[in-house]
Amino acid sequence: MAQEHASNGTKRIWNVFILLSAVTLVEVILGIFKPEVLYHNSFLAMNLLNWIFILLTIYKAYYIVWAFMHIEGEESSLKNAVVVPLVFLVLYLMFILLIEGDYIYDVFRDSTIKWNF
Amino acid sequence: MNFMGATVTTARNEEKIWGGGNEPMQSSYGKLMMWFFIVSDALTFTGFLAAYGLSRFKFIEAWPLPDEVFNHFPFMHGVNAPMYYVALMTFILIFSSVTMVLAVDAGHQLKKDKVAVYMFLTIIGGLIFVGSQAWEWKNFIKGEYGAIETKGGSILQFVDITGKRVKLEDFALVLAEDRIQHTASNGIWFSSEGPLPSFSVNEVQAGFAANPNILIRTEVLYEATDATKADKTLHPTLNVKEKHKSILTREASTAMLAKAQYVVEGANLERNEYGTRLFANFFFFITGFHGFHVITGILINIIIFFNVILGTYEKRRSYEMVEKVGLYWHFVDLVWVFVFTFFYLV
Repeated sequence: MAQEHASNGTKRIWNVFILLSAVTLVEVILGIFKPEVLYHNSFLAMNLLNWIFILLTIYKAYYIVWAFMHIEGEESSLKNAVVVPLVFLVLYLMFILLIEGDYIYDVFRDSTIKWNF
Repeated sequence: MNFMGATVTTARNEEKIWGGGNEPMQSSYGKLMMWFFIVSDALTFTGFLAAYGLSRFKFIEAWPLPDEVFNHFPFMHGVNAPMYYVALMTFILIFSSVTMVLAVDAGHQLKKDKVAVYMFLTIIGGLIFVGSQAWEWKNFIKGEYGAIETKGGSILQFVDITGKRVKLEDFALVLAEDRIQHTASNGIWFSSEGPLPSFSVNEVQAGFAANPNILIRTEVLYEATDATKADKTLHPTLNVKEKHKSILTREASTAMLAKAQYVVEGANLERNEYGTRLFANFFFFITGFHGFHVITGILINIIIFFNVILGTYEKRRSYEMVEKVGLYWHFVDLVWVFVFTFFYLV
């Protein structure tokens, strides 16, 4: 009786777990070894290694929200109510703050203000 | 006339969905509110991480390298193990998320004992994670090498002539000084200070002067540009690896050390031995906030666990409470995935 309850639901859960663990393992290995070809080449002012980390993180987040939080089974109005504001607001906030941070870095480096700006 | 259907068809009439008297998003009140709370809390953490991003970009050259800071592993004292422990913590939290989903799944099948077992495993996973985070904090606060903070606020660290990190206690001399901690009872009554560091600035400077094999490592990330190649203060041979911190020549080191103001050991909310002040501040704030969410999640899980055992949901013929609590727990895991990326990896 104990063995035969790998129903479709539990099988998928374990598959997603293996996927998330594998992605985390890849991230950690890349983080420890930092391959030169990724670390020293950039795209849009961020090195490729960081791009990989961020994309893999979003991939993991997708699976956690879709499969674990079971949003895949919900009405599309609920799905949209959760995902759309987050995507829009997060991207907007990051866009503004990272550009501003970079600008302040340039001010510190090139002009006379060095602190508390 | 009320549309009370539990099935989804494409021909649903707009007015019948939103006209009232039913669940437009096919979800109970409790579950819907938990989703909306998660959205708002996710935005709160986004705000924190965005602030972290701003501060990090402001000081992008001087920010510490995570794999030089987080390199401890339990029971392996003195071993340089960058990132391994935090990777283990991530696995533990993901695993506790999996046991939570399995509990929810068992709840759908109304299998009370299975739900109880999986919830118990989730709680244990959560407790191990919080304990691990506390251990990381302890190591972070205690520090390892010690550093000097200059009058301008930069952190100076020490290396030997091969470029290997050196602890303050390895070279600082012990001089006969009578500076003691100023408390309200042994000095001016209206001010006091925390415990003094193990060495004073004079002792560190004297030790540095007595030992010609010590060099200073600054906060600044080294990049091989024309400007840095022409810079005479940078050590000619030791600055080999790009994106590592710059090492100065002996003369430049002595000059920098003359501007020392504090000896910094470990970390607190104001200053830390790893680099810019904001680094420790943000680390404590964001991981602390996340840890707070984990702790409240564990507490709520314990309450629901007892309710499962008592048969509350069995009587109700619905384990939806387990599902709602599961949503919160997965949210905690989700936030950790992002915190892990932005603090430790990037």
